[in-house]
Amino acid sequence: MKDIRTEEMLLNMGPQHPSTHGVFRVVVRTDGEMVLESESHIGYLHRCFEKCAENLNYLQVVPYTDRMDYLCAMINNFGYAQTVEKLMGLQVPPRAEHIRIIVAELNRIASHLLALGTYGMDIGAITPFLLAFRDREKILKIFEKLCGQRLNYSYVRVGGVSFDATDEILQEIQDFCEYFEPAAIDEYDSLLSYNGIFISRTANVGVVSKEMAIDYGLTGPNLRGSGVRRDLRKDEPYGIYDRFQFEIPTGDGEQGTVGDCWDRYMVRVREMRESAKIVRQALASIPSGDFVDKKAYKSVKPPKGEVYHKVEGARGELGFHLVSDGSAKPYRLKARGPSFCNISILDSITASGKCMVADMVAIIGSLDIVMGEVDR
Amino acid sequence: MAAPENLNPDPLTKNILFMNSVDYLINLTRANSVWPLTFGLACCAIEMMATGAAKYDIDRFGSGPFRATPRQADLMIVAGTVTHKMAPRVKRLYDQMPEPKYVIAMGGCVIRGGPYVKYGYHVLKGVDLIVPVDVYIPGCPPRPEALLEGLFKVQKLMEKERILDRTRKLTKPEVYSPV
Amino acid sequence: MATHEEIFKTLKEKFGDRIVEERLDAIDPFIVFHPSIVQDLAFFCRDEEKLRFDLLSLVSTVDYLPQAASADGKTPAVAGRIEVVYILDSTVHKHRLIAKACLDRERPHLKTVENVWRAADWHEREAFDLMGVVFEGHHNLVRILCAEDWEGHPLRKDYVIPDTYHGIKNVIY
Repeated sequence: MKDIRTEEMLLNMGPQHPSTHGVFRVVVRTDGEMVLESESHIGYLHRCFEKCAENLNYLQVVPYTDRMDYLCAMINNFGYAQTVEKLMGLQVPPRAEHIRIIVAELNRIASHLLALGTYGMDIGAITPFLLAFRDREKILKIFEKLCGQRLNYSYVRVGGVSFDATDEILQEIQDFCEYFEPAAIDEYDSLLSYNGIFISRTANVGVVSKEMAIDYGLTGPNLRGSGVRRDLRKDEPYGIYDRFQFEIPTGDGEQGTVGDCWDRYMVRVREMRESAKIVRQALASIPSGDFVDKKAYKSVKPPKGEVYHKVEGARGELGFHLVSDGSAKPYRLKARGPSFCNISILDSITASGKCMVADMVAIIGSLDIVMGEVDR
Repeated sequence: MAAPENLNPDPLTKNILFMNSVDYLINLTRANSVWPLTFGLACCAIEMMATGAAKYDIDRFGSGPFRATPRQADLMIVAGTVTHKMAPRVKRLYDQMPEPKYVIAMGGCVIRGGPYVKYGYHVLKGVDLIVPVDVYIPGCPPRPEALLEGLFKVQKLMEKERILDRTRKLTKPEVYSPV
Repeated sequence: MATHEEIFKTLKEKFGDRIVEERLDAIDPFIVFHPSIVQDLAFFCRDEEKLRFDLLSLVSTVDYLPQAASADGKTPAVAGRIEVVYILDSTVHKHRLIAKACLDRERPHLKTVENVWRAADWHEREAFDLMGVVFEGHHNLVRILCAEDWEGHPLRKDYVIPDTYHGIKNVIY
């Protein structure tokens, strides 16, 4: 066997690939099936959000914040609205606060459903994809009744929300929670989470240690999958999250090591249960009244100043750095997309030398990136 | 579906017996088996995935298998914003598809830049600046039913094809070049 | 968890007058430091027991154009500057810090902190790409978001969108 010569190969997992979750390019140097090193290239979806925000007034920027992380658009809107309200010192009516929490958590459930559906499809299981989309369509139908849009809502605005939630819609949300937790999540667990093939493809793969995760600026389910209990809804509560009881699931190495792909996936599944709990509590305590502060909704003109506010998006810490010069347009609006930091860890995971080409697909899927947020 | 009139301009084949029916049969089978290329770039890709999922099933119209490689696809659904960094790759993928090929431009961003038309320096203002587009579907993002309607329009385009014109010299649109 | 006053006091004790300004009354209190101490400040923030800022959230940049003096002489001329804002978090003590450095607009150079927090690698590449801030000592300072042969730094206030790019028309209206 000693006269067999192997060569290294440069493989391009190009911008168009069924498993890279968007336009993401990784140039991989492989020795057969083992990956020696990888180099990621981003920027194929750079849509100049920050330049657009400097030229439009505060209300016109809201649709652009939707399209950054298009899977949890409500939470993006929520973060932007709270940033501007923090600068203005504005208080939002309590009914609006409750509605914001309800739609944000429903959107987190929808985003995690899509994450686990497409992750199963990347690994090879097609059925969870269809089931996840079936449940996702139920949530999208509720959102369509609420604000008319299925994907990029622009619903949470500065001063409140743009339309009121009628009793019929609230009843539908209640019915959805009854259906979803625990029955539907148990179904996903039995189909995918504890499936032998899924475990052997994701356990002990792509291990991210606690120190490495914090060093690279990871946040959200990826950080919690490595064992760090950090959730902005509990650590720096915004809105009225401090009134609700919910747990923070963290990865504990149940099927392999702490911080592997299975842990990150399982944190998302468990978070869906907690989100359903929050929605139930918010529905029980929602008051009647105004859903928007009408004066602020019409014209938004914050005073001169600078502020940084962050919310817990479905993928991590979503932050907005806003500099205002007192006019009707932001002077500088910088968005911190969580997936930007999450994906930067890929090159150092593969540098460990224990990855195979198929494992790269599993790792990218478990990091759950959305390229709109990486490139903005 | 009524048999369309014989639009064959070629005088040599105009009156060949059964040519019309042969075209009709072949186009019928082609139109009900249009295989798209997975080319989701941004938010419209999620609506394309929802069209492929169970509620708005695209598989019942024959377009279920989304091929990952352009060499096996005959329809490129450009779903999502195309940026200047991505534009050469879109052109390269289009060139790799075999004839006859069709392009659907899905969403506002690929029609004329969408919301990024004025201040988006890095956004390509419409994918028809680089590839010829057959069907435009407006919306941001368009509903899955709108994508299905776009697919039906492509199927109607296929009905007018002639098998002697496999490279679509008669029916292919032009690339838009503004002055 | 330390308050902003305590954090600023610790930093002032260590660096003295290199901390140019402290603003406790702003909505988000911040400090402004001299650009030459950026690496020492970063190591101190990360390693000091009372601070332990181990998570670098964001490296943001803001461009301020030079303003001429007003005609009646009331407001003096202000030189242009580019501000680099570091937003740091501590997972141990659960407090945070916003630290800024003001750089000259003609020659915005600053030492890199990528050997302190590895998250700074891509953040600094983005700041270079979009604003033109050069981070000295960075191992791979190339464009990350815009195309490789893009010219100019788009987020500057005096940037003009190019009319065509490789022959394709870029400005429609």
